[in-house]
Amino acid sequence: MELVFQKTTGLTDKPTGYCPGCTHGIIHRLVAEVMEEMGILEDTVGVASVGCSVLAYEYFNCDMTQAAHGRAPAVATGLKRVLKDKFVFTYQGDGDLASIGTAEVVHAAARGENITVIFVNNAIYGMTGGQMAPTSLVGQVTATSPFGRDKTVQGSPIRVSELLATLDGAAYIERVSTHDVPNINKAKRAIRKAFETQKKGLGFSLVELLSSCTTNWGLDPVESLNWIKEQMVPVYPLGVYKDVGGGRK
Amino acid sequence: MMAKVLMKGNEVIAEAAVHAGCRYLFSYPITPQSELVAYMAKRLPEVGGLFLQAESEIAAINMVYGASSAGARVMTSSSSPGISLKQEGISYLAGSELPAVIVNVMRGGPGLGGIQPGQADYFQATKGGGHGDYHAPVLAPATLQEIVDLMQDAFDIADRYRTPVYLLGDGMLGQMMEPVEFKERAQMDLGPKDWATTATRGDERKVTNSLFLDPQELEEHNHRLQAKYKSIMENEVRYDTYLTDDADYIVVAFGTVSRIARNAIKKARDNGLKAGLIRPVSLWPFPEKPFIDTRDKVKAYLTVEMNAGQMVEDVRLQVEGRSPVYFYGRTGGMIPNSDEIYAQIFAIAGGDE
Repeated sequence: MELVFQKTTGLTDKPTGYCPGCTHGIIHRLVAEVMEEMGILEDTVGVASVGCSVLAYEYFNCDMTQAAHGRAPAVATGLKRVLKDKFVFTYQGDGDLASIGTAEVVHAAARGENITVIFVNNAIYGMTGGQMAPTSLVGQVTATSPFGRDKTVQGSPIRVSELLATLDGAAYIERVSTHDVPNINKAKRAIRKAFETQKKGLGFSLVELLSSCTTNWGLDPVESLNWIKEQMVPVYPLGVYKDVGGGRK
Repeated sequence: MMAKVLMKGNEVIAEAAVHAGCRYLFSYPITPQSELVAYMAKRLPEVGGLFLQAESEIAAINMVYGASSAGARVMTSSSSPGISLKQEGISYLAGSELPAVIVNVMRGGPGLGGIQPGQADYFQATKGGGHGDYHAPVLAPATLQEIVDLMQDAFDIADRYRTPVYLLGDGMLGQMMEPVEFKERAQMDLGPKDWATTATRGDERKVTNSLFLDPQELEEHNHRLQAKYKSIMENEVRYDTYLTDDADYIVVAFGTVSRIARNAIKKARDNGLKAGLIRPVSLWPFPEKPFIDTRDKVKAYLTVEMNAGQMVEDVRLQVEGRSPVYFYGRTGGMIPNSDEIYAQIFAIAGGDE
């Protein structure tokens, strides 16, 4: 029989704990496939963060460490400065990266740390039960913004890709989405580009992936994907925000 | 043999770390340890290492976490307020069992406090400091030469037991100048770091982690940590005594204060009072033996610290009420002088003020 599909060797056999309809699983697979295709699984250390993806160290089939909330870019800095010839990536959510870890990611980018950040933005805190994130949309109802995010009270969403792209140390920044197959394919190409950027030693690379949270958004999987497309994409425009290596726009 | 060289305390800490094999320092500027990072910024590149100035103390300790996970001999240095910021990371180092050395050149607190010497971080260093059940060994040198000798121990203990280790000094030690000799010393017998996430996989992928969601697994992890701490308590106690054999009055002091106490003890002896000194060098594990040996013989202990009374609690635990334990402390960067300490000994001995 012809083998038409095989799970990537970049993932372990551990079943993930993600909710049905959550796109973390897809994003894990994309990162894992890229590592497998580049042949770097045995040359990579990943850094899991705190949030729904806290157990990522059990899923990615490479050396892994687990960082304190928001500190993954600092941990990755320590790893990369010692293991100069290896690949180092972080896998962080929006609460981790854009709230408690804002300083760490900004300064890692400013230093041009030659690491890759996989930034999963689903506009909410998932693991702790659906609290407002710095990336929550204006008007979005969450456990801690029960009347909808009011920008006069809680401020407006942070656009991380745009923010980091202003820094000279950032070499490659792209925002992609996971709401349909063409966008998922684009997301994979962006992740590949980010790891290639690291391979070339060009500096800091980050891929922001718009992602779903069926459980805390209170939507079914299809409605969730539509919510990304209709509500998130207009606030978080997709595209390449920085690419010092040139290439695709 | 190398000749003695005259150096400043903060620079001695730095050079001793280099001699002990430290190749990475991640720190954030703070007084009074500034010379340490400036020295390392020049020195580490000479030995193929790296100093990186972090954006915060929090980032610095997490860079240490990453470098340690990668198998490097790594250090961070700071002073009291900065050490408070590092506590989250130190708890993670303890939980993930990652070796590192943390230098605290203490100043007076609380809050921003001051920049003059203090010993007010004794509780923080010896009783855990961060969240969760953990200890970190704490070594407290009293002279610049002792910094050289203890720094190698600090890194070796860190690696042997896979734990963060404190080198606890104060602003006085950091700023003073003394002649020191860097003697080449063998490392402890340490196995390979086969747990490190070096992305050079052997049989299995490596993971460093402090998360155990299953309570039974987490309890087992805690039991392993406690067994390790027990082993450290059995093997890594360090202390020094001075004239305790026939002493009626024993002063207990650590670090720079112990040097001032020695002068007070000499003066007491000159005046017919049999005084002695117990100087804990490892503040955790805290030495038991010198107290067991003396607590049924002496008339009293006097603990002297540059704080409002912290180590004195450990002294009382060891003395177990068998002798009176007095305390004399100065705070805020004020340094007790030997006449003040002598006056305390004199008063305890029943002398008139």
